[in-house]
Amino acid sequence: MADNEMYALHVNGTRHEVADAWIGESLLYVLRERLGLLGSKGACEQGECGSCSVLVDDELVCSCLVLAASAVGQAIVTIEGIAPHGAPSDVQRAFVECGAVQCGFCTPGLIMATHALLERTPQPTGSEIREELSGNICRCTGYGRIIEAVQRVAVWRSIEP
Amino acid sequence: MSVLIPATLAQALSALDDAPSSMVLAGGTDAMVEINGGHRRPDSVIAVGRLAELRTWTHDVISATLRIGAAVTYAELEADQFRRWVPALSQAARTVGSPQIRHAATLGGNVATCSPAGDGLPALSALDAIVHLVSITGQRSVPFAEFMVGPKRTSLRPGELIEAITVPVFAGWQGYAKVGVRNAMVISNAGACLAVDDEGGVRLALGSVGPTIIRCSQAEAFAATVVDHGQRAVSEADAVEFGRVAASEARPIDDHRSTADYRRHAIAVLSRRLLRRAFPNG
Ligand SMILES: Cc1cc2nc3c(=O)[nH]c(=O)nc-3n(C[C@H](O)[C@H](O)[C@H](O)COP(=O)(O)OP(=O)(O)OC[C@H]3O[C@@H](n4cnc5c(N)ncnc54)[C@H](O)[C@@H]3O)c2cc1C
Ligand code: FES
Ligand code: FES
Repeated sequence: MADNEMYALHVNGTRHEVADAWIGESLLYVLRERLGLLGSKGACEQGECGSCSVLVDDELVCSCLVLAASAVGQAIVTIEGIAPHGAPSDVQRAFVECGAVQCGFCTPGLIMATHALLERTPQPTGSEIREELSGNICRCTGYGRIIEAVQRVAVWRSIEP
Repeated sequence: MSVLIPATLAQALSALDDAPSSMVLAGGTDAMVEINGGHRRPDSVIAVGRLAELRTWTHDVISATLRIGAAVTYAELEADQFRRWVPALSQAARTVGSPQIRHAATLGGNVATCSPAGDGLPALSALDAIVHLVSITGQRSVPFAEFMVGPKRTSLRPGELIEAITVPVFAGWQGYAKVGVRNAMVISNAGACLAVDDEGGVRLALGSVGPTIIRCSQAEAFAATVVDHGQRAVSEADAVEFGRVAASEARPIDDHRSTADYRRHAIAVLSRRLLRRAFPNG
């Protein structure tokens, strides 16, 4: 019976100790405020905007709704773990090329969601893209360019899998 | 405050017995909203979301029933096999929140929260689901209609966990429909589940239009007199009347999300539509 006054999280392949934390903290809070991983964004902290999206054991979830201390033993991947600094992933390149980034606040969450979507559905239809990205709110782009970016990656990957 | 990630159900139950005021945490999609908002500050948490005993399901072909573990997620319930066994519940699953929410949100959490707007609940009501509860002293099984006693009020006792939910696997048509401001990420303003059981009965359950999920006994009795199972037919006029009766059985209120009038109207439309989908001819 592990009583987690102190606990460790496995983030982007690295073990991080979390000490002296209030145990009711969300994973989003711990990532940003305790581990210094500022890529995941927090806006609503109630699961509605998707800007805090991360993978926990390969499932896309809102990190604001994960109790950090309950994610012990699970593999967490954040936007920082998607590609090394300076070498963007194909999804990140497509977002830039298509103008799918304006203020950029929603972008980390959308990049995570797009990676998850294309992992499961390599050639998504327009409505599949809309349904799969429905948990990510963007206040700037109007979504058209985001959908275009997703489609562009699907084309790239079909040419060069 | 401490967080326990029990390895077995027995361990979870004994921890809950030791500290009955512990917060049970499954997917966290209701619980964390309360914690983040400062509305709840639990002393201890028992995280049941990864318990193997709650993560399983069993399809019993002989009894034509499906037993779904409490920690099965809505994302899992969207999958093909559930679409075949319990189409209405699987459709309802697909309307919950967003992909991120469905990957975390569990059926047991939806049932424990027991909001009248819970999307899984009309299907459980229409299917006469059984809720299996377990504590350190034993198990008991309660019909869903007795489990939900009011808005966010259940007959769960201290020290008890929801272990699983059993539903029948019917051969007939079933479906779920809901109304909200978007196609995604929306709490239902009115919802309806229609299921045709193996005796040919038409069952109708309504969500978000009363303190509990409402089974429409009058609309169900009316349907029995007007549908033609052989032809899978119902007349448009009878379908409209079915919707009108269902709306008269709803008990909606005005609140920040909608009005009673609108909700009642939506129930008439949804019920008519579902009956026509079940009986598309005529
Ligand atoms: C952004 C957002 C959108 C949402 N959209 C919808 C929607 O469209 N439709 C809908 O119906 N709901 C929606 N919800 C609500 C929520 O996702 C569901 O109610 C979900 O099913 C809750 O499950 P959970 O596993 O996350 O529960 P948790 O948050 O882990 O737990 C909820 C409650 O149930 C108790 N509990 C959990 N499991 C058990 C168990 N096995 N035994 C006893 N008690 C238990 C907990 O103690 C807690 O009180 C939404 C939530 C958010 C944040
Ligand atoms: S901050 Fe998590 S969904 Fe908005
Ligand atoms: S780019 Fe500003 S919110 Fe999406």
